[in-house]
Amino acid sequence: MDFITILSIFVLACFVGYYVVWSVTPALHTPLMAVTNAISSVIVVGALIAAAAASESLGGSTSTWLGLAAVALASVNIFGGFAVTARMLAMYRKKERR
Amino acid sequence: MHHGPAAPPWVMLAYLVAGVCFILALRGLSSPESSRRGNRFGMAGMAIAVLTTLLVVSYPSRGILEAAGVEQCSVSLYFESCLREGLTNLAWIGGAIAIGAVIGLVTARRIAMTAMPQLVAAFHSLVGLAAVLVAAAAYLNPEAFGIAEGGLIYPVSRVEMGLGAAIGAITFSGSVIAFLKLNGNMSGKPILLPLRHVINLGTLAAILGLIAWFTQDQDPWVFWTLTGLAFLIGFLLIIPIGGADMPVVVSMLNSYSGWAAAAMGFTLQNSAMIITGALVGSSGAILSYIMCRAMNRSFISVIAGGFGGDAVAGAGGGATDRPWKRGSAEDAAFLMKQAEQVIIVPGYGMAVAQAQHALREMGDLLKKEGVGVKYAIHPVAGRMPGHMNVLLAEANVPYDEVFELEDINSEFARTDVAFVIGANDVTNPAAKTDKTSPIYGMPVLDVEKAKTVLFIKRSMGGVGYAGVDNELFYRDNTMMLLADAKKMVEEIVKSLG
Repeated sequence: MDFITILSIFVLACFVGYYVVWSVTPALHTPLMAVTNAISSVIVVGALIAAAAASESLGGSTSTWLGLAAVALASVNIFGGFAVTARMLAMYRKKERR
Repeated sequence: MHHGPAAPPWVMLAYLVAGVCFILALRGLSSPESSRRGNRFGMAGMAIAVLTTLLVVSYPSRGILEAAGVEQCSVSLYFESCLREGLTNLAWIGGAIAIGAVIGLVTARRIAMTAMPQLVAAFHSLVGLAAVLVAAAAYLNPEAFGIAEGGLIYPVSRVEMGLGAAIGAITFSGSVIAFLKLNGNMSGKPILLPLRHVINLGTLAAILGLIAWFTQDQDPWVFWTLTGLAFLIGFLLIIPIGGADMPVVVSMLNSYSGWAAAAMGFTLQNSAMIITGALVGSSGAILSYIMCRAMNRSFISVIAGGFGGDAVAGAGGGATDRPWKRGSAEDAAFLMKQAEQVIIVPGYGMAVAQAQHALREMGDLLKKEGVGVKYAIHPVAGRMPGHMNVLLAEANVPYDEVFELEDINSEFARTDVAFVIGANDVTNPAAKTDKTSPIYGMPVLDVEKAKTVLFIKRSMGGVGYAGVDNELFYRDNTMMLLADAKKMVEEIVKSLG
């Protein structure tokens, strides 16, 4: 992909984000923060590439360790973020109809 | 224009699917019913992104394929090569994921709902740090990311990498300070350094200058200095911001963590990361905007800091000499029992006192008496957007009894009792009438229009975060209930029962 293609995806995604987030009900703003937090851990993709890279040089092996540390940090966020969001969302209930 | 071998189409497609799943995850939050499905979309997107990456990084190298004399890799060849190429790294990666998963799941299960703001701040700091680590890893081993030729990193990638590291570092150190303030390890009072605006702007300019320099010279000192300065500026930016402005700070850091992910997505040419980064970035930015609007303050004035500490001392005893009425739990119970409708206005004080469960019990008893009960939420009540809604949901208050400011404000005039618990500035009528008030122009809940206002407060001494006295206390139709919020509500429950 060339830079312009990537930039196009980015700009369009910003617009999608703008409209999608305005449609989120204010009552769910806390779960919104928790779930955006969880999905921003998609940075784990970069961490995995670094952690799995063959390491011959010194820089390479440092890079592997940094990648592994980042994988662990991002995993805390992925599992913790989605779990805490699920826990919050499970609490939102409607009035019981009688 | 630049960059190494393109990823196979199925890989790009998988990342696109992951990105779409993340969009659907946020879209689901438009109503509580669809939100749970949305969250599952988010999990699915993350699983797709992670599994795809794992497959790509463990895919047999060209050498192995040629040695086997095949174009396409079979399943058996895949596993064989995983073993032969000694991808012990995969085991390490599995270990790292497992450690993170255990910590994350245990935290998510144990955390008290009132501690949600600090948890979110802590999670933001992890994303920030992970972004810095990934940028550093890419800097040290650019070949692995396909962003270098002959040891020279492409200039575009250097900018992206530098931005990713800088935004990640700001997110990290800023979130750590926000966490310490929210968690009470650090006073919520703004810490004002002399010349702080000069220092901050200078540091920011230095970071941008270094990123520009980095495109010309990929020497280690440039990368590490700019990362180090970014850690410093994150810290400096948040210490002058007071506790009451934390909803804006937490939203802003949320936004930063998104931009950091997007910057790294540019480096890796990964559409899932770019889409996610843009979504999270705009989400945080919109939440910051909503919070600022709800306080009638500009984003710049919040970021400049210095406004509203946690413990602003009672401003002048003179004001409290004015006459006010004190009520007891029995009075409150009696008044509410007679009412047709009661609107409950919760604020941060309810969270601090953990009074939400007692409050719901009170609401239930009132409903049994035939009283209509509603809840009114100001956008900046609490320490993060939607904080009160989560606490009420935790206490089993149905969400269709909970209303936002603009949906319920006109109802106060037709309401018998407004019950204010732990909120202060957001109910202050001075915001509408007193042009000299620091909170003038801020949208407030019109509680004073109710026939009677019951206002729970610990004592008459303290004032709200804005440091202004509340006109409401001295009105004829206001009855002050001076006690700890939870104890007072429990006593009212007793009197009702």
